[in-house]
Amino acid sequence: MGFEKFGRKSFTAMTKTAKFVDFLAEGKINGTVCKKCGTKYFPPRADCANCFSNEMDWFEMPKKGRLETFTTAMYAPFGFEADPPYTMGVVDFGNGLKLFARLAKDIKPEDVKVGMDVTVRTLKYDDGQLSFEIAKA
Amino acid sequence: MAKDVAVIGVGQSHFVRGYEGSIRELAFEAFREAMQDAGITQKQVDASIFCSAPEYDKQRSPAGVLAEYLGLIPQPTFYVETVCSSSSTGVKIGYGLIKSGLHDVIVVLGFQKMSEITSAESQERMGRGADIQWEAPFGTMMPAYYALYAQAYMAKNGLTHDDLMNVRVKAATYGQINERAVYRKGVKPEDFDPKNPEAKLAAPVALPLRVGDCCANADGSSCIILASKKKVKELGIKKPVYILGLGAASEAVNMAARPDCAQGIKVAKVAADVAYKMAGAGPQDIDVAEVHDCFTIAEIMAYEALGFAPVGEGKQLIREKATYREGKIPVNVDGGLLSKGHPIGATGGSQIRTIVLQLRGEAGPMQVKDPEIGLVHNIGGVGLYGNVTIFGR
Repeated sequence: MGFEKFGRKSFTAMTKTAKFVDFLAEGKINGTVCKKCGTKYFPPRADCANCFSNEMDWFEMPKKGRLETFTTAMYAPFGFEADPPYTMGVVDFGNGLKLFARLAKDIKPEDVKVGMDVTVRTLKYDDGQLSFEIAKA
Repeated sequence: MAKDVAVIGVGQSHFVRGYEGSIRELAFEAFREAMQDAGITQKQVDASIFCSAPEYDKQRSPAGVLAEYLGLIPQPTFYVETVCSSSSTGVKIGYGLIKSGLHDVIVVLGFQKMSEITSAESQERMGRGADIQWEAPFGTMMPAYYALYAQAYMAKNGLTHDDLMNVRVKAATYGQINERAVYRKGVKPEDFDPKNPEAKLAAPVALPLRVGDCCANADGSSCIILASKKKVKELGIKKPVYILGLGAASEAVNMAARPDCAQGIKVAKVAADVAYKMAGAGPQDIDVAEVHDCFTIAEIMAYEALGFAPVGEGKQLIREKATYREGKIPVNVDGGLLSKGHPIGATGGSQIRTIVLQLRGEAGPMQVKDPEIGLVHNIGGVGLYGNVTIFGR
């Protein structure tokens, strides 16, 4: 249990990576790294597909990256109706790691550009849900 | 290229919004047409494969239920799913079963009654069509994913809103002459003009994609009947269309684990390379193609993945009208998903039917001049599954 706290609305209650949510509460966005072969994963995984190990450590994701692409949703799926418009995007950290998230509400839509420098940070919604978002660098 | 497995019958229901019947009756419409096309009876069918996306079905395990309704018991039957490419996957499996010698004649039936559930339920399932653990919690939906690709193409490959619009204009050109399509209206540039209050297609969905950039949900069925070379002869099939090449691939579900969106959808390229190699053919050999234009951007990316244009240059084909019926490489001259509608499990079979009719010279007002080799590009999910199948006379 614990993973139901992740995101605006979680569809997954149980995962061996549920500790990810505890790290969010501490202000950390963490991926997993295989203790045996050193392969890094984001989103986090409990099992290494490279060497089959299930011994993983946590590592903190880089803060600074570039916005690879984005979209602004004017409609939302069931359960998210109160949210539009909201912008989602992919951040490339340049070291083989990327991240998908919403963009912070304080970035004006006209200021969002492909290739712009961005940072990532955790956030807590009013209902106590924990997530992370893309913010201005 | 080996000519071991042929398509001997094709069928498709009208694609509609809100089919007035059950999934059994919907499946029967495509089945009847394909069986009459092949000129065979149920006794001559060795097995059936049913293809759909199960989250829309109220009926659990529909294969057995549908096989009985179609009169295909006691022959073996089963169900396959790769979301939007389910029926291409069904055809691939059917090919394998015939090629192995296990069966000689197989019915591949794709169906989807998207209106089986309410639109609110459907919307929720769509939102969960990708990575439910790590992405759906942000409120993702299908148009938003394809919009990520469109945005990257605009920023890095010089794609414009008008290029996307022109894909829809082309689709509608042929949707008007395809009596099985759900969207039969023509589309003009003013239908995309945000200053035009009547322009319903201009409304933003997930920027930069607008309503007109998205295909519509639909109810429909498709049926492809496959046979071994031996059976083609025995049954006296006059115009068999052979499967020359099959390619399929899979990709990471999470956008964070994919190549730069400006490179397009990787599964399509991988699947195309495999299919071309098997067929001993290349992009220059394709006379007519059906591509998975669930969104306008998807058609531009398909041109590139299939090698009709270099990566980043797909836009040129629509600018030059090279993919119109009279162009260098006609694409989706049946209106594509954008005009026909997209009944998930039935879509691949509908694309295959179009190519088979084209190769037989039976495509009516949509007929391309004397094509010999045709290609179907059918994508499942947001580039989660890629399927490319090449057909020849």
